[in-house]
Amino acid sequence: MPGWIPVSVTIDPGLYNMEPSTSIIPSLTPDDLETPPIGLGQLAWRRFRRHRPAIFGVIVLVLLFLYAFSGGFFFTEKYANFTDTSRRLLSPSAAHPFGTDTIGRDVLARSIYGGQISLLIGLTAVTVETILGILVGALAGYYGGVIDSVLMRITEAMLNIPEIFLLIVMAKFFGGKIPEVAILGRSYSGSVVVIVVIIGLTSWMYLARIVRAEFLSLKENEFVLAARATGTKNLDIIFRHILPNSIAPIIVSATLGVANAILAEAYISFLGLGVQPPTATWGNMLDGANNYLDTAPWLWFFPGLLILLTVLSINFLGDGLRDALDPRSRAV
Amino acid sequence: MRLHQEILLTRYILRRILQGIPLLLIISFVLFILMMNMGDPVATMGGRRVTRSADYQRLKRQLGLDKPIEVQYIYWLIGNDWTKVDMDGDGVAETPGTRHGVLRGDFGTSLVNRGTAVLQVIGERIPNTLILMLASEAVVIFGALLVGVYSALRQYSFLDHAITALSFIGYSMPIFFIALLSMYVFGVMFKRWGLPFLPTIGMFDPQVGSSIWQVIYHMILPVVSMSVVSLASYSRYIRSTMLEVMNQDYIRTAKSKGLTRHTVIYIHALKNASLPIATVIGLDLPFLLGGAVITERIFAWPGMGRLFLDHVSRADTPVVMGILMLVAVAVVVFQIITDVIYAWLDPRIRYD
Repeated sequence: MPGWIPVSVTIDPGLYNMEPSTSIIPSLTPDDLETPPIGLGQLAWRRFRRHRPAIFGVIVLVLLFLYAFSGGFFFTEKYANFTDTSRRLLSPSAAHPFGTDTIGRDVLARSIYGGQISLLIGLTAVTVETILGILVGALAGYYGGVIDSVLMRITEAMLNIPEIFLLIVMAKFFGGKIPEVAILGRSYSGSVVVIVVIIGLTSWMYLARIVRAEFLSLKENEFVLAARATGTKNLDIIFRHILPNSIAPIIVSATLGVANAILAEAYISFLGLGVQPPTATWGNMLDGANNYLDTAPWLWFFPGLLILLTVLSINFLGDGLRDALDPRSRAV
Repeated sequence: MRLHQEILLTRYILRRILQGIPLLLIISFVLFILMMNMGDPVATMGGRRVTRSADYQRLKRQLGLDKPIEVQYIYWLIGNDWTKVDMDGDGVAETPGTRHGVLRGDFGTSLVNRGTAVLQVIGERIPNTLILMLASEAVVIFGALLVGVYSALRQYSFLDHAITALSFIGYSMPIFFIALLSMYVFGVMFKRWGLPFLPTIGMFDPQVGSSIWQVIYHMILPVVSMSVVSLASYSRYIRSTMLEVMNQDYIRTAKSKGLTRHTVIYIHALKNASLPIATVIGLDLPFLLGGAVITERIFAWPGMGRLFLDHVSRADTPVVMGILMLVAVAVVVFQIITDVIYAWLDPRIRYD
C-alpha cells in the first residue's frame, strides 16, 4: 500500500470518566495517545463491510464458484458432454435435476462445467481488457501530444460501433482458426481462447479513458516531478509511481468488467458464434433454446438464471468497491 | 450577440463534422479488413452451388473479389467508374467500372439478394427496427422519469429500496433471459391458463394480416425486453441527478418563496435535472441497435439486427458494411445533435 493516511487523533473516552482522586493519571507517551494509523486497505474494508449488497454479492459469488468448481467432484466432464438421444428433452427429475437438453446431455452437469468456462472467460477476458486499457490509457495520458491523439482517436473509433457488432464481426474473423487446446489435462474448444481475446479487444476503451484521465491529473503532482528530477525512467514513473496511485478506479472498472465479459460471452455464444460445443458455457447452452420455449423451459431457465445471478452479484460487488475505494464518488 | 453565438455554434458543428470524417474512415477501413475473413461469399451465394471452377473465377472477377484488399476498399469507398476492370479474365482491364462508391452514396449491391442495392435491402428493414427502438426509448424515458423522480423524492423509503434492488436486477439482466422469461410467462403460461396471451414471434399473424394493431400487439414483448436494461440504469441516473438538484440553493429559494411542491419539483427541479439526462439519452440512443440484434433474433422480428446476423453468416460484405457504417454515422451524428441540444438547453455553454 502506498503511504499511510494519518487518521485524526482520538482519545479513549474512558480517560475522561476516571475520577481524578481514585486514579493516578497515567503518564502517556505520545505513542499511546494516538490510535495506530489505519491503512488505506483497512479503511476501504471498513466501508466495504457496511455495504450490505456488496457482502451479499461476495457470498453469492463464492457460492457460484463453489457450484462450478466443486461440482466437478460429482460429475465428470465426460458425463457433461455425454450424448444419449434416447433421453433427449427430459424434464427435470431426480436423475436429472435440471432436465436434459436436445441431444440428451444432463443440463445440471453442463451448467457446472459451463460455469467453469464462463467464469474463467470472464476473469481472463478482463485481464486482457485491463492490460490493454492500462497500456493505452497510461501511454496516452503520460506522453500526451501525438501519441495521445492517435490512441484516443482509435479509442473513439472503437467506441463508435456498439460492442455486439464488433464481437460478431471479430468472432467471424477469428473463428475456427485455433485448434483444440489442452490446459491442465482437459481439452477445450479453441474458440474459448478466441472469445477471451475478442472480448478483451472490444472492451478496453472505457478503462483506457479512465486511466488516461487519472494520469492526466496525477502526472502534474510533485512526486512525479521528484521522480523525474532524480532521473527515474519514464516507464518506471508510469508503472511504479503513477499507476499504483490510480489503482482504485482500475479495480472497480475491472470488477464490473468481469460482469460485462460474462454477458458478452453469453450474447455471442447465444448467437452460436462463441464457444463451440461440446465445450459447454452458460451462453452456448442457451443457443437454440428459444426453439424449445414452451416444450423445454429448463433448457434456458437454469443457465440464464446463473448468468443473471453472477452478473448481479458482480455488479453489487463493484458498487461496494466503488463506495469503499473512492468515497467521493457516489455514482449510481 | 445572438448572431455571434450562432456563428460560433455553426463553426463548432462544422468542426465536429470534420473531426468525424477521419474517424469514420478509420472505422470503415478496419471493419473492411475484418470483413475479408468472413468466409467465401461466392460459395454461399444465393443458395446456389457454383460448380465449375471457371464460373467461380468469373463470379469472383465480376464481384471484384479477385482484387487485393486495398483495391477492394478503394472501389468500395470511391467507386471504380474512373478506371477499367478486367471482366473476361484475360488479364487486360477493358470494361469501365460501374460502382460509384460509398462517398457518393453507392453502397454496392447485396451478394445474397443478387443485384439488389444495399441501401434498398437495409432500407426495407430500417423502419421495423426504428419502431422497435423508438417505442422502447419512449418506454425507457417515460418509465425512468416516473421511477427515478419518485424514488428521489422518497429517498430511503421502503419503495425506494425496493426500486433500487429491482433496478440492480434489471441492470444485470441479460436481454435474452428477460426475453425468454417474458415470452414464457406472457406467451406460453398465459395461453395455458386460458388468459389473453401475447404473441412471441414475428411482426404480425400471417393469418390475420398486417395492420397497425397487429404490429403493436406483437411489439409489446420485444419492446419490454429491450427496455429493461436501460430503464433500470436510467432510473438510477435520474434518481441521483434529481437528488443532486433538490439540494441546490435555487430549490431552497423556490420552496421558501412558497411555491407549491408540484411547481418546485416539476418546473424547477426536473427542468434542471433533464439536462444531464438528455445528454445520456442522446448518446445512448444509437446503441439500442446493439440490443436490437439479440431481441430481433429471439422474437424473429424482421429488422436490421436480424438482417445483420443473416448477412454476416453468409459473408455478404456490402450489406454488413452498410449496416455498420450506418450505425457508426448514427453514433457520430447523435453525438453532435446531443451537443447542440445541450447548448440550446443550457445557455451557459459557450463554444469558443
